[in-house]
Amino acid sequence: MRHLLKASSLVGLGMTVVPAFLVYSGALTWDTHVALMAVGAVLWFATAPFWMVKENATHRTTEQ
Amino acid sequence: MTSEHGTTITERLDAINEFDRDPVSEEHLQGPGNFIGFYSGEHVAGTEFVIGPLFVAHGVSAGDLILGLLVGNFLAVLSWAFICAPIAVRTRLNLYWKLRKITGPRLLFLYNIVNALMFCFLAGAMISVAATAVGIPFNIAMPGLNDLYPNTIGWVVTVLLVGAVVTLLAILGFKQIARFSKVAAPWMFLVFVACGIAALPDLGVNSLADFWTVANEKIWTGVPVEGRVHFTFWHILFFAWFTNMAMHIGMADMTILRYAKKWQYGFFSAFGMYLGHYVAWIASGILVALAIQNSSEIAPGPIAYLGAGLAGLAAVVIAGWTTANPTIYRAGLAMQTITPNWKRWKVTLAVGVVTSVAALFPALMMRLLDFVALYGLVLMPMGAVIFADFWLLPRLGLRQDYADWKEIALSWPAASSWILSLAACWGINAAWGLEIFFLGLPGWFLATAIHIAFSFVQQGAARRSPQESYAGGNA
Repeated sequence: MRHLLKASSLVGLGMTVVPAFLVYSGALTWDTHVALMAVGAVLWFATAPFWMVKENATHRTTEQ
Repeated sequence: MTSEHGTTITERLDAINEFDRDPVSEEHLQGPGNFIGFYSGEHVAGTEFVIGPLFVAHGVSAGDLILGLLVGNFLAVLSWAFICAPIAVRTRLNLYWKLRKITGPRLLFLYNIVNALMFCFLAGAMISVAATAVGIPFNIAMPGLNDLYPNTIGWVVTVLLVGAVVTLLAILGFKQIARFSKVAAPWMFLVFVACGIAALPDLGVNSLADFWTVANEKIWTGVPVEGRVHFTFWHILFFAWFTNMAMHIGMADMTILRYAKKWQYGFFSAFGMYLGHYVAWIASGILVALAIQNSSEIAPGPIAYLGAGLAGLAAVVIAGWTTANPTIYRAGLAMQTITPNWKRWKVTLAVGVVTSVAALFPALMMRLLDFVALYGLVLMPMGAVIFADFWLLPRLGLRQDYADWKEIALSWPAASSWILSLAACWGINAAWGLEIFFLGLPGWFLATAIHIAFSFVQQGAARRSPQESYAGGNA
């Protein structure tokens, strides 16, 4: 399950950035690019929290 | 100057920071991945959507930008690695407890208040950034580059709503949002990259060979917007170096780097500098050039929408929200020293109100470069004091952590160093017109020299006293 989630997250990231390069090369329209980015965002946030979130001591604490 | 510990202020401060009093133990040290993740996430924030465009507004040329950022960010990494990290891993203390030993609790109290106010304004800028994206679906007019005051009812309502939501979430679940921001970080970075790349064809870049020509002719043209100072290579270098001055030479990141296994982990700040303060600033500069070409609004939300549509808007909101949240939380902690009987939620609410009111003024966002420089400059002298106290005083035969050893509530050498170095910076600015971006460097040396000189005066009498031994007092 964890592997599936990670793979889905990676696909989400791919859909976020790869279409921009296709727009640059003229292979994709801007409308399709932004639609794919939106789907990529949904995919990333729907899957990444389940495998990324863990306790981490290195956050700023109280004082700075 | 000597007084007893146990004042009310001291107790308040110590109570808040009680759990962090001890040095980090061996088993709590963190590996490289945590620092790479932390720095990458911390420096890819909503404000990057403002800073890149402001460079364009200040008329920097493409060559000056690319080279200035390269060198300036490198100097910032060196500052983390050679100034902040070595002291952090040797003391394993956070900034609060290290500073307390040097300055005494009363001066630390003042420092905390100044810090809290700065945090409020910084969080205000982040809320403004988020509001520029929230307003787009409702067709609300955004403030322009030269707007300093709130100019439409729609803007006021949007900012107050965003401020209310951010404050409410900060009250309800700071830790959950901190975790969420870690999840958002890699996605946000890629949104910046995607925005920049997708905007290039509309600017006339169809091959790599076109990029440099377009960069010079349409993006970083070397011509400032009316009313803006012309930025040179040196402006960019010093801005990039000192954007996080409070964190590296100001020593605030002792709080983070004390968890590092080795001081060399300070070099991992390069991930934040070169992803956030290089790639993201360049990408947002490309976007604003497209906005100018299309005669679109020049604000973070609209320019992100130009590059990435709804995902761009979401990135601006999330970036503004996730960075404003911990900033409000930190400001609340610092403010709690003034209102010890208030519950945490009440303090956070008060800070949120101050922050939201500050966010109403677009000046905070549109003059972000100046504010960031001021923020770093004001807090930097205390970092210089720590540096001088840790490395230089022992070599000169003086005692470290003198205020702690003598139970002094307010160290006058440290206070003088803070006030006089800032006054000198103001004087340099007034007399020679040296801009705020450049003042951090002379200010740091001045603060260091003043602290050493006055420590000599303060400790001189004690050194001559046969009753007071200096042996063994230095770490």
